[in-house]
Amino acid sequence: MASSAADSASVRQAWNDPTAEPYIRIEGVTKSFGDFVAVDDVSLNIFKSELFCLLGGSGCGKTTLLRMLAGFEEPSSGRIFIDGLDMCGIPPYQRPVNMMFQSYALFPHMSVEQNVGFGLKMEHRSRSEIAGRVGQMLELVRLEGFGKRKPHQLSGGQRQRVALARALIKQPKLLLLDEPLAALDKKLREHTQFELVNLQEQLGISFVVVTHDQEEAMTLSSRIGVMDHGRIVQVGTPKEIYEFPGNRFVAEFIGSVNLFEGQAAAEQDEDGHLCFACPELERPVHVARGAGPAPQGRIWVAIRPEKMQLSLAPPPAAANWTQGRVKEIAYLGDLSVFLVALQSGKTIRVTRPNVMRHDDQGITWEQQVYLHWHDSSPVLVSE
Amino acid sequence: MKPAGRPEEMPRATAEQAAGERFGRALRTTLGALARRPPIRWLRTQLARRGLNGRTAVIAVPYLWLLLFFLVPFAIVLKISFSEAQIAMPPYQPLLQWAGERLADIRLNVNPGNLLYLVEDSLYLRAFANSLQVAAISTLAALMIGYPLAYAIARAEPRWRGILLMMVILPFWTSFLLRVYAWIGILKNNGLLNNLLLWLGVIDQPIVMLQTDFATYLGIVYCYLPFMVMPLYAILEKMDLTLLEAAEDLGCRPLRAFASITLPLSMPGVIAGCMLVFIPAVGEYVIPALLGPADSLMIGKVLWTEFFNNRDWPVASAVAIALLLLLVVPIMYFQRVQERENEGQT
Amino acid sequence: MSAKNSLARLSFLIFGFAFLYVPILSLVFYSFNKSRLVTVWGGFSTEWYGRLFENQQILEAAWLSLRVAAINATGATVLGTLAGLALARFGRFRGRTLLSGMTTAPLVMPEVITGLSLLLLFVTTEQAFGWPEGRGVSTITIAHITLTLSYVTIIVQSRLASLDVSLEEAAMDLGARPTRVFLLVTLPIISPALVSGWLLAFTISLDDLVIASFVSGPGSSTLPMVIFSKVRLGVSPDINALATIMVSLVTLGVVIAGFVMLRRDRARQRDLQMALDAPG
Repeated sequence: MASSAADSASVRQAWNDPTAEPYIRIEGVTKSFGDFVAVDDVSLNIFKSELFCLLGGSGCGKTTLLRMLAGFEEPSSGRIFIDGLDMCGIPPYQRPVNMMFQSYALFPHMSVEQNVGFGLKMEHRSRSEIAGRVGQMLELVRLEGFGKRKPHQLSGGQRQRVALARALIKQPKLLLLDEPLAALDKKLREHTQFELVNLQEQLGISFVVVTHDQEEAMTLSSRIGVMDHGRIVQVGTPKEIYEFPGNRFVAEFIGSVNLFEGQAAAEQDEDGHLCFACPELERPVHVARGAGPAPQGRIWVAIRPEKMQLSLAPPPAAANWTQGRVKEIAYLGDLSVFLVALQSGKTIRVTRPNVMRHDDQGITWEQQVYLHWHDSSPVLVSE
Repeated sequence: MKPAGRPEEMPRATAEQAAGERFGRALRTTLGALARRPPIRWLRTQLARRGLNGRTAVIAVPYLWLLLFFLVPFAIVLKISFSEAQIAMPPYQPLLQWAGERLADIRLNVNPGNLLYLVEDSLYLRAFANSLQVAAISTLAALMIGYPLAYAIARAEPRWRGILLMMVILPFWTSFLLRVYAWIGILKNNGLLNNLLLWLGVIDQPIVMLQTDFATYLGIVYCYLPFMVMPLYAILEKMDLTLLEAAEDLGCRPLRAFASITLPLSMPGVIAGCMLVFIPAVGEYVIPALLGPADSLMIGKVLWTEFFNNRDWPVASAVAIALLLLLVVPIMYFQRVQERENEGQT
Repeated sequence: MSAKNSLARLSFLIFGFAFLYVPILSLVFYSFNKSRLVTVWGGFSTEWYGRLFENQQILEAAWLSLRVAAINATGATVLGTLAGLALARFGRFRGRTLLSGMTTAPLVMPEVITGLSLLLLFVTTEQAFGWPEGRGVSTITIAHITLTLSYVTIIVQSRLASLDVSLEEAAMDLGARPTRVFLLVTLPIISPALVSGWLLAFTISLDDLVIASFVSGPGSSTLPMVIFSKVRLGVSPDINALATIMVSLVTLGVVIAGFVMLRRDRARQRDLQMALDAPG
């Protein structure tokens, strides 16, 4: 999977550079509706020209956070700065921020041109200036010649591009996108993801995207903020989030994972590995140092399905293996999923890319198989 | 540039000069702002500073209107229902009267007699009972005719639905009075219906139908039918038809499926429709006046007679208050349902 | 089974619509009757239409009613739109329940109560402030606005409830102040609802007998009041002629509206096809 936004080096380093000034500063923001706390004490820095994704399930507070950036909701407490300006009390129509709505919210009674030019009309720009800029924007989103159409005369993908052009025409300091691709079908969505990334790089505007689709978040973003129950649980690049999940929620939410509960009282073996005893596995797990935080209390050993090897013959390595019986096999084309029942009763998930057309090993149902993994594969996560 | 000193060290002249400069600057900005801003914008900021913005105005205008022309009148009706009738214009005594010059001479003309009168005179009690009965029977009849009609429209082919619904509403757009009037021509002794029945040989004497309770029921059902059909249609049309398929798939016969699925799910529509017919029907005047018996005891008619013929405003007011008390529970209930409906959509 | 069901539905439709339309058609039919006895057919004639247009009283009342109805509909649409906007968009504000109650209660309030209470208000204010001086067009209009603004409020409120809020948010996000959002986005989109609200208010006002009887003064009889006083004395053929004219006008209006809607629908279908055919 391509992390395309990663190409621009300056953006990539901004959050690692302690001297870099964040462009959007969210400081201890809480939003409650009655008794319900939608956003709970969120602090976040987003840098210039970054494409930041807020990722989480429904009701996790990501949309509320976005609406607070746009000015549709006021934080119950905490502050938001955009380019050094405190946004407290500034209504949406005075913020240097524009938004692309999930439903696109194209004005049904206006043509494409009028929709795109609406923001400039609100600034009382001259008619010729508006016409010129609208032309440029339509060119940018490749909709030349559609200017006179009404929104209902456009396909879903075209509407999405009109909404994008309308939100970009005022050259906002920050573009907010609420589930920008949710209304498109799968093929068009994949294509549009890359278009969106290209556009963002071309314009250099900071994007904040809200999405529930982890694949979309991984494709688009320079960094991802994973949200759960109104809190940001982890912020990092797509790779960091996937390979080094900060806690059990993130590990389970992003991709699939096999978790083995264990005790933190770990001893080191002669190679400097940490050894954990997990009741669900027969042998202690050896984990290379440096993968995850120093373990304390109850921990889980997390191993991604694709990082486990499956074989009929016993593995050569002395450590990090177990055995079980194949319960289910699902053939998905590019890879196959195996569900293997361990002796402890735990079922684990292993994936294997179908490199060859015919499975050379010929693993099938109810066979006894061996599973092994490298000592750098497991990650330790806490609750 | 002078080095900035602490204020108490600043010579007086400089301080005055600074104050003057500040004033001048303030004046210039104010005038400039005034010149740049059209008066409307200035007015808006001024009003906003006093807590009066567009939002408040949007609420306040209809609010004040309804307070003045809907709520206050009820207070006046209540007041007048307690006063004594007199032959004058207006034909009632004020509640408070200065008999002399001193404050102690205030005479309080509170007369609870009007309301008591309603209870004492059996005419009013019978009128109330009769109105409720007529309204209830008519509502039931309207439901009997309206439900099948609404059901048939809701289950018709989609392209027909709009037209059929339009046909239900169409009579509503034509004059209510003329629709009642049409029934006079039909129900008269030598009217359309009697002529038809005589011609068919079903009867050999005209039946008296006009100026009967039957005619009143018929008139109410006829005039209020669209109010029954609309909410029923709305809810039946929205219903998920796969529920019925699921019921049939599980072995439920169509009639049973109707009784155990469609009917319970359409209850909100039934309630709304019945309220829309029942509540106005209780106080109906025109229909009993034109179609009902001359001595019919409908409360709307009684109120009308007290007011226009007997010119007894206090008693008419007392009747209105009593009618309102009678209807307050169904009206509140209707409002609750309506509110929930509106809320549900948002 | 299904055939039985559809037969039943067909008979419901036939019975229901016969009940609704036979009385109206009988009015139209007898308006062309030569005989004065409305229900005895005495040959075809348009005599009663001529009589109707000679009847100065009816013509004057009709003119008065039309004026009241037009002013009322406009006033009720403005006030009802404001109330509907407040109820649908302003969230919870102080007094919201009362406003919502005051806009739904007139819908079901018996007309005799509304009429009596408004008359007593006018009498009281005339005594206290000298306003209104006598009763007539202005008092009837005020009473009708109070009654019909409920209908407009409910139409506007439910239209706004089904309108995507993000349209208004998008306009605000692009720099429009609330007033401009309303004028440039909300109002154009809900305008069909406003038109139907206006028409409804117009019709109700044109139709009202009871409230107008209470709050009108001498010399300001509305059309329903004149019709009522004539009808009380028995059927009269020129009223049939009047009814026929009103029914025809309404039917014509509805047919035209239906035709316009059908054409718009077809255009929409075409556009949809165009959008589907369009690349990407």
